[in-house]
Amino acid sequence: MIYAGIDIGSNTAKAALIKDTTLLGTRVMPTGYHHLKAGTRVFEDLLHQTGLTRSDVGAIVSTGYGRASIDFADKAMTEILCHGAGAHFLDPDIRGVIDVGGQDSKAIALDDQGRVDNFAMNDKCAAGTGRFLEVMANALEVALDQMGDMGLTADHPSKISSICTVFAESEVISMIARQEKRKNIIAGIHDAAAARVAILAAKIRIRDPIMMTGGVAKNPGMTAALEKRLNQPLIISPYCQETGAIGAAVLASRP
Amino acid sequence: MPDNPVAPPKIKAAKKMRDLMTTYYLEALGAPENNRLVAWITSGGPVEPLVAMDIIPVYPENHGAMIGSAKMGEDLCAKAEDMGYSGDLCSYARSDIACAVVKGGPIGGLPRPDMLICCNNICGTVLKWYEIQARFFQVPLFIFDTPVCHTGYSSEIAAYVTAQVHEYVAFLEQVTGKKMDPDKMNEVGRLSYEGQRLWQQVLNTTAHKPSPMSAFDAFFFLALIVTLRGTQIAVDFYKDLIDELAQRVKDGIGVVPNETFRLLWDNLPVWHRLKWLSDRFSAHQACLVADTYTSAWCGALKYIDENNFLDSMAEAYTRIYLNIGVDQMAEEVLEMVRFYDVDGLVMHSNRSCKPYSFGQMDIMQIVREKTGIPVLMIEADMVDPRSFSESQIETRIEAFMEIVRLKAGRK
Repeated sequence: MIYAGIDIGSNTAKAALIKDTTLLGTRVMPTGYHHLKAGTRVFEDLLHQTGLTRSDVGAIVSTGYGRASIDFADKAMTEILCHGAGAHFLDPDIRGVIDVGGQDSKAIALDDQGRVDNFAMNDKCAAGTGRFLEVMANALEVALDQMGDMGLTADHPSKISSICTVFAESEVISMIARQEKRKNIIAGIHDAAAARVAILAAKIRIRDPIMMTGGVAKNPGMTAALEKRLNQPLIISPYCQETGAIGAAVLASRP
Repeated sequence: MPDNPVAPPKIKAAKKMRDLMTTYYLEALGAPENNRLVAWITSGGPVEPLVAMDIIPVYPENHGAMIGSAKMGEDLCAKAEDMGYSGDLCSYARSDIACAVVKGGPIGGLPRPDMLICCNNICGTVLKWYEIQARFFQVPLFIFDTPVCHTGYSSEIAAYVTAQVHEYVAFLEQVTGKKMDPDKMNEVGRLSYEGQRLWQQVLNTTAHKPSPMSAFDAFFFLALIVTLRGTQIAVDFYKDLIDELAQRVKDGIGVVPNETFRLLWDNLPVWHRLKWLSDRFSAHQACLVADTYTSAWCGALKYIDENNFLDSMAEAYTRIYLNIGVDQMAEEVLEMVRFYDVDGLVMHSNRSCKPYSFGQMDIMQIVREKTGIPVLMIEADMVDPRSFSESQIETRIEAFMEIVRLKAGRK
């Protein structure tokens, strides 16, 4: 039987299809304003891409901030459980997950069977989320996807002391005014964001091996900063954006 | 999951309590006409000498809770910020300071105080807060200083606090121009002890499965042991409440339909979201059966000598939950986990209440290590709704309940 997971995040909508232990395919598209439309579209595009039809799918689980909008899903589950299940599906040895998405970041501890044992999420604040990096990329006039590589070339990373996104932005602007090198400012930004995420991991005393998921895992500067903070290597999810959707499909397959 | 199972009958005593609270506030508001004095006092403060001297005690913190429940906290907190107070200041303090000026809130402001009694066993913020109000109202202030008992109650602390009990009585005698009647003081002390003992009994009823009431009910019924401690009114009311709860237990009435999971709450309530939170947990058949907050008004019973209240009061008011070390706090939480047989702990990291929220991470780890139950931490504020993110907290509760369900199933 084939199962589907749909993850409606703040920036992107993701879908995944699995059959037993095989991943049949995944798809990502921008969420936009309409959650249900995005969910329907990403799911149907994925069916088309894999040559399947709706009747081939046994059950659907929706997750993410827009999970309640997906009225054709059989069940809605939180992204915490889904990221845990997704990481376990991709690599059963994983004991910790760090997910940094558009509007939140979380650390998840898994038990020996891959079940969620504990979790911590960022508080009502964008520091240490994808949004934080977006705001900074904008202030620095750098494309978001180039930020990571640029930060890695820093020779003397700047120090960002504010933990609030708005204050950090003005701090960055004053650094620009002082003509600090862009690559150094970026490295400082990555470190500030990584510090916030590392606190979440410490809160729940996460165990290794740790998988990093979420769109921000595509930023090599950020993952390097996090590895330094955590003092251990991270396994970057091969489907970092779709891990939650994959997990949702896994949970859909369970009775 | 069933969204709207049959709601259990409401606890009848609630109406009686509302009436008693109304009478209490009317009496306090009418104090000047009846030649009576009003003292504002901190929630954990030694109120019995006031009652014995026929002074009406009024609690800015209880008022803060009313402001929060009435969802009037945002405007009053913003007003205090307009006046120049930091948004990081406790929201009880902010709303009280603003309310004194604008006479806002659900009852149009508290009656004007004739004196202020500030006991710092609950926090350090009250010192500055009461100093501000003493200047604003131009009234005398008595500070009852209770050192934090990190490891125990030393002889130095005992001597220091006991000396203040005598100074306190002298202060009241000077302000009122009357002598304290020792017999009256003993009588009030006995009633206070009895009220606290009964309040503990009320809370104990929730050890029954299903629980006849929840922590949300306790947050409500708490008002009398805070405001009318040391009176016959509180004693009579709690006796009736215990009878009603005992009947509910006998009839097998649970406050959460199909109670499946039992949870413990830590820290003050989120006053402006009581119903919302209660509904979220009930939807998962989870009942918050107990909390660390309401038991603060009976937690020091063991230190009270009911026949010599005044002398034993020093220790009882010093060794309350918020004035002891984190290790001891964790011990009390562990005892509650066992006594109420809970499946999870929900901690409210309260932006306002620093002494309550500081140490929660350690307590969380200790509880997880010693009991294995899941612990949820939610960030909010007891009165100020601007520190509350509904969708984030909803997601956390859902994920937490998924884990609770998983773990409880494993038992």
